[in-house]
Parts: sequence; structure tokens; C-alpha cells
Amino acid sequence: MHTKPIPHAEAASAFLENKERVQWHDETLWFVRYKRDKIVNEIPEWEQLRDLASQIKDHTLSQLDQYLGQFEAAAIANGVTVHWAADAADHNRIVHSILAKHKAQKIVKSKSMLTEECHLNEYLETQGIEVVDTDLGERIVQLNKEMPSHIVLPAIHIKKEEVGEIFHQHLGTEKGASDPLYLALAAREHLRQKFLAADIAITGVNFAVAETGAIVVCTNEGNADLGAHLAKVHIACMGIEKLIPRTEHLSVFLRMLARNATGQNITAYSSHFRKPQPGSEMHIVIVDNGRTTQLGREAFRNSLKCIRCGACLNTCPVYRRSGGHSYHNATAGPIGAILAPNLDMRKNADLPFASTLCGSCTDVCPVKIDIHNQLYQWRQVLTQEGHVPAAKAAGMKVMAGVLASPARYSFAGKWARKLLRWFPSLALNKTFNPWAKQRDLPAPPKESFREWYQKNGGSK
Amino acid sequence: MRVALFIPCYVDQFYPQVAIATLKLLQHLGLEVHYPMQQTCCGQPMANGGFEHLTHSCNSNFIKAFDGYDYIVSPSGSCVLHVKDHLHDHQQETKATQIRQRVYELCEFLTDIVQVQSIKASFPKKVALHQGCHGQRGLKLAASTETVVPWFSKPVQLLKMVEGLELVDLDRPDECCGFGGTFCVTEEAVSSAMGLSRIADYAKHDAHVVTGTDMSCLMHQEGLIKRRKLNMQILHISEVLAAGL
Repeated sequence: MHTKPIPHAEAASAFLENKERVQWHDETLWFVRYKRDKIVNEIPEWEQLRDLASQIKDHTLSQLDQYLGQFEAAAIANGVTVHWAADAADHNRIVHSILAKHKAQKIVKSKSMLTEECHLNEYLETQGIEVVDTDLGERIVQLNKEMPSHIVLPAIHIKKEEVGEIFHQHLGTEKGASDPLYLALAAREHLRQKFLAADIAITGVNFAVAETGAIVVCTNEGNADLGAHLAKVHIACMGIEKLIPRTEHLSVFLRMLARNATGQNITAYSSHFRKPQPGSEMHIVIVDNGRTTQLGREAFRNSLKCIRCGACLNTCPVYRRSGGHSYHNATAGPIGAILAPNLDMRKNADLPFASTLCGSCTDVCPVKIDIHNQLYQWRQVLTQEGHVPAAKAAGMKVMAGVLASPARYSFAGKWARKLLRWFPSLALNKTFNPWAKQRDLPAPPKESFREWYQKNGGSK
Repeated sequence: MRVALFIPCYVDQFYPQVAIATLKLLQHLGLEVHYPMQQTCCGQPMANGGFEHLTHSCNSNFIKAFDGYDYIVSPSGSCVLHVKDHLHDHQQETKATQIRQRVYELCEFLTDIVQVQSIKASFPKKVALHQGCHGQRGLKLAASTETVVPWFSKPVQLLKMVEGLELVDLDRPDECCGFGGTFCVTEEAVSSAMGLSRIADYAKHDAHVVTGTDMSCLMHQEGLIKRRKLNMQILHISEVLAAGL
């Protein structure tokens, strides 16, 4: 966790070695984007909804302290215990203390990217406590000892045949079975046992409503509900940015979330939790873990508007061809690439460069985060903070010097073209010039445009 | 109307025919066009690489080259977007602002300012349009498929005026080709894979010619096409619009 991960380019290159799998990965995610396009085009006021959602989130972030206070007071009045965690370690300790108080050993957890970000499962394992992830995709990657590769579709990198093998090993399904219905039923049977036996259920939070103290959890499998209703104790973990001011604002966000995420009208379950059942406990752990730092960075503040729909991953041509794990961060893709440097600049300095700045992420974002602009801005920050290779910095200085002067530029251009004509093999050396690995170079013309123009003038 | 021609540095050095086609096209429409010799580069390669702080001299030089023109026109959506978004100079910010407001990509200049209704060009071939991302999503040369807005495309509007030209439909009409500036070498594997996907889309729809608003995207795809010796021609949109003039 503290060592420097494999850089994105290298991990992506390895992922791309299996061309067939990459094509499948690309087409699967593109199909999700296609379904998303189809369903959002059924809503003529989609762009107005985006504006509204963005404004609600901007407003909330501008008064986040007040809304957090309002939310806490309302939750406490509802009989909920509210905890504040400054960072991931704090969050993990708080969750563990609740488990310890109840001597809980059997824990079920529905999907929560925050607990992934905090590495809660690993932490609890070191305390001798096993957590069962109950979202089907998350259970698959958990059994396979992997991280989710996508924030909405955690096991999108795994084919059904491989799921069959994982289930055969861990759940005792028939060897070679890959029928999705058969495998889903086996997972259902397996997870039902876990739900029924659970002491404590942990869930994430999609939206926290300041005026009522309620939290809303969106799932397609109903696993958050099964967990929270069967266990005696419900722990909900949320980042401070999950707040919305009023219940009525859900009418904006719930219309957008599933449509933009998976092309559904709405998630199968949008569950509102407000107060514990008689005889039960409900805890909400509110986590900062770098979010106030991000709130203080003006250029990056609005990344906190994210509702984790995952559409920027699906649309990203780089993500589709490099896979979620190449981002070495709990949240992958374009949104992960602007959130991760805030958590650890050194470790994640490669991520803002893993983009062509095509802007598709920005156009698909339901809350109008200017993702590609933030990628650009992070590049500037990372360079200024010294997180780019020295050779690149030296090369850029030379380039800036040449391009600042028409004389130096013309001279350099002329000689570059001559050298290319004289020694084409130099430029086509695949070790020195990555361009040439799979691409030819343009044929260098004898004359630049400016040379032509000087001879021919502007003559008509 | 004084129009300055802004030719991206790599077009000047490697694709002079694109600059010549742009010049001829504009002159054909009766415009008085100048090419300021002072120009070099807009600074985008440094800025996108994280070195915007090194672009100051480039910016000053750009202002020196293009100050005083009514319009600055360039056959590149990407370079124009960079100038629009990032050309600043605290010593002459008024001039910088004026240039940011007067710089146009070729297609938008033709459709919005010149408001051309017809072009005499003839190009009887099956053509695929690669819509460069910076032009499309940045300059809004065309509606992007992510957004819910009425469809429009300035490059398509112009290509439809060309006699005999057949524009093919693509499976992914606005997917990035993977050029991305320094990205094309720092993320070589992803970049090439993205480019090859685009080329497969053109081939699937039997396009013989690929055109676009940015020679940088096209240079990357041309490199992939040539290495594989595919029978597909790459031409900048200015060359198509000036065909037969």
C-alpha cells in the first residue's frame, strides 16, 4: 500500500497484451455507455437536470459545514449514533470499535467505495474479523482476492467462465459451469446464509439528507436492505460529500444516477434508512480522509460533487483499454485520476497523464464536473511539485526555448526534417522512439510551409 | 477583413500541403489572408504535458505574431482550443484577450463567420470523418454523443457541400483516436490500441479516405495505417474542401 505502484502506462501495456480480452472489455463497457445514451435521450430536459444537479451539489459544498451539522443533529434526534473520522485509519478504528463492543464476528457489507478507499476489509482481517461483501460483483472479486476494477461494476474485468471457476473453488459449484443464472443462484444461496447469520451489517451511503438525517442507499440486488434489516446493528459509512440539503433533491439525483450508470430508469432498490428498529442500533460514520483538503483546492473542489455513477469510466477510451486495476486506486478511471492525487500525489502522479484530454468524461458527467480540465490542472500541480521525470522536464525546457523564437524554430525544423530524410532508421528505432513501435512517421517534406510561403508569397 | 493564417508548428514542418490547401480555400472565398512569419507554436505540447509555466515566451511570441488581425484562422481545433483556453500574458492581457476572442478553427470560421453556402470542390469518394475531440467537445464544432442536444456538425455541414463526396456512418462517431499529444508516446500501447479501433471502424464501413479537423489525430492514425500498409488515404478536411479548386 505504501510502495510505489506499477505506473499506469506499464500496467495498461500488460493488460493490452491479451487483445481478445481487451476488445471484449472495451465492447462490454461501450454497450453500457450505449444503453446510457439511449435512456438519457428519452429525457428531453437531461441537460437541465445536469445543471440542476450540479448547482445543488455546488451549493451544498459551499455550506458543507452547516449541512453536516444539520445532518448530525437530525440523525442524533432519530436515535442514530454519529461518528466523525478524520482519515481512513480513524474510520477503520471506529468501525472496529463498534464490532468489538458487540463482539461481532460475522459481518456483511454492501457496496461502499469509501470502505475500499479506507481498506477496511484488510484492516479488519488483521484484527481477525472477516467481512463478507454481499454485492455479487464485489463478492466475486473478494473471493478472487482482487480489488474492484470499476466503481459500479466491480467485476467487469472477469468473464463468466472465470466466475464459474472462482465459484467452483470457493462455493463448490460444478466445474466448468458458466451459466449466469446457475452461478447467480449459487451466489444467492451462499449469501443468504451469510445474511441470516450476520451480527452486523455495514453499508455505504449514496445520499445523506441534511434536513431529515436520513441516508439513501441504492442497490440492484437488495443486499443493503437484507443486511441492514436482518442484523442487530447497521453501520453506514459515508464521505462528507454525500450530503444533499433536502429530500426533494433526491428527485433530481435518483433520476440521474442509474440512468447514467447502467442505462436503467432507476436502481432496483433505493432504500431510505432513517432510524434504528426498536432494539437495534444504527451508526453513521462520517469520513473526511482528504476531502476537506480537496474542498480547499479551488481548481479541484468540484470533484467532490461526484455521485459515483461510473459513467466517466464507461465512456473513457483509455479506461476501456487499460482496465480498472491499471489505476492502482480504489476509484479508477477519469474520476479516480482526479481524486487519487489528492490522497497521495507521489503515488498517483502518473494518473492525470493517463488521458488524452478528449473531454468525453466531462460531457457524460451528470453533475458537470470538469474532469478533463482537472486532469490538465493536476498535471500542472504535479509538475510544479516535482513529481515528473527529470528527463521530461529537461526536454520540455529545450522545447520551450526553441519554440519561443521564430529563428530557432525554423532552424530546428529544417534540420529535424533533414535528419529524418538522411537517417530514417534513427527515428524508427523502437527503443528510443515509442512512436515507431506501431506507427510510421510522416514523410518529411523538403520544404516547410513557411519556406513555400516565402517563395510563393500570398500570391493568388 | 484582415485574416491571419495560424499554422500549427507540426503542420508547417510535416504537412505543408495542409497549410497550402487552407490558404487556397480561404483565398478562393475572396478573403485577404496573411501568414505572419513570426509564429512558431501555440505552446500546447508543453502545457498539456504539465509545463504550462514554460509557455510564457511562446505566448508572448504568439501575441506578437497575431496582434491586430480581425480574425485568426487555423486548420486545427486542438491548437485553437489551446489558444482560447490558455493564451495569457500579464504584460499584455488586453491583446491576449482580443486574440482569444478572434481565433477560429477553419470549419467554424467558414460556417459561422464567412457563412459559406456552397463550395465548388469535387471529391467523389467514400469518406469517414474523424471528429477531433478538442474541436468537437472543446470548440463545439459538433454535438457530442454524450450530451442531449439537437444534432449539429460544422465539418459535416461543409463536407455535404462537396460534389460527389459520400460520408460513411461510423459505429462510434466521436470516439477519441488516442493521439493526445505526449500521451501517444508515454502511453504508447493504449494510444495505438485506440487508433486501431478507429481504423477498424472506418474499414468496417468501407471508407477509402479518412478526414478530420486535426492533422495531429490524423498523423497518428496515418502512422498506424502506413505501418500496416492499409489501403486508406488520410487527408485533412482543408484538402478535401479545396479538392479540385
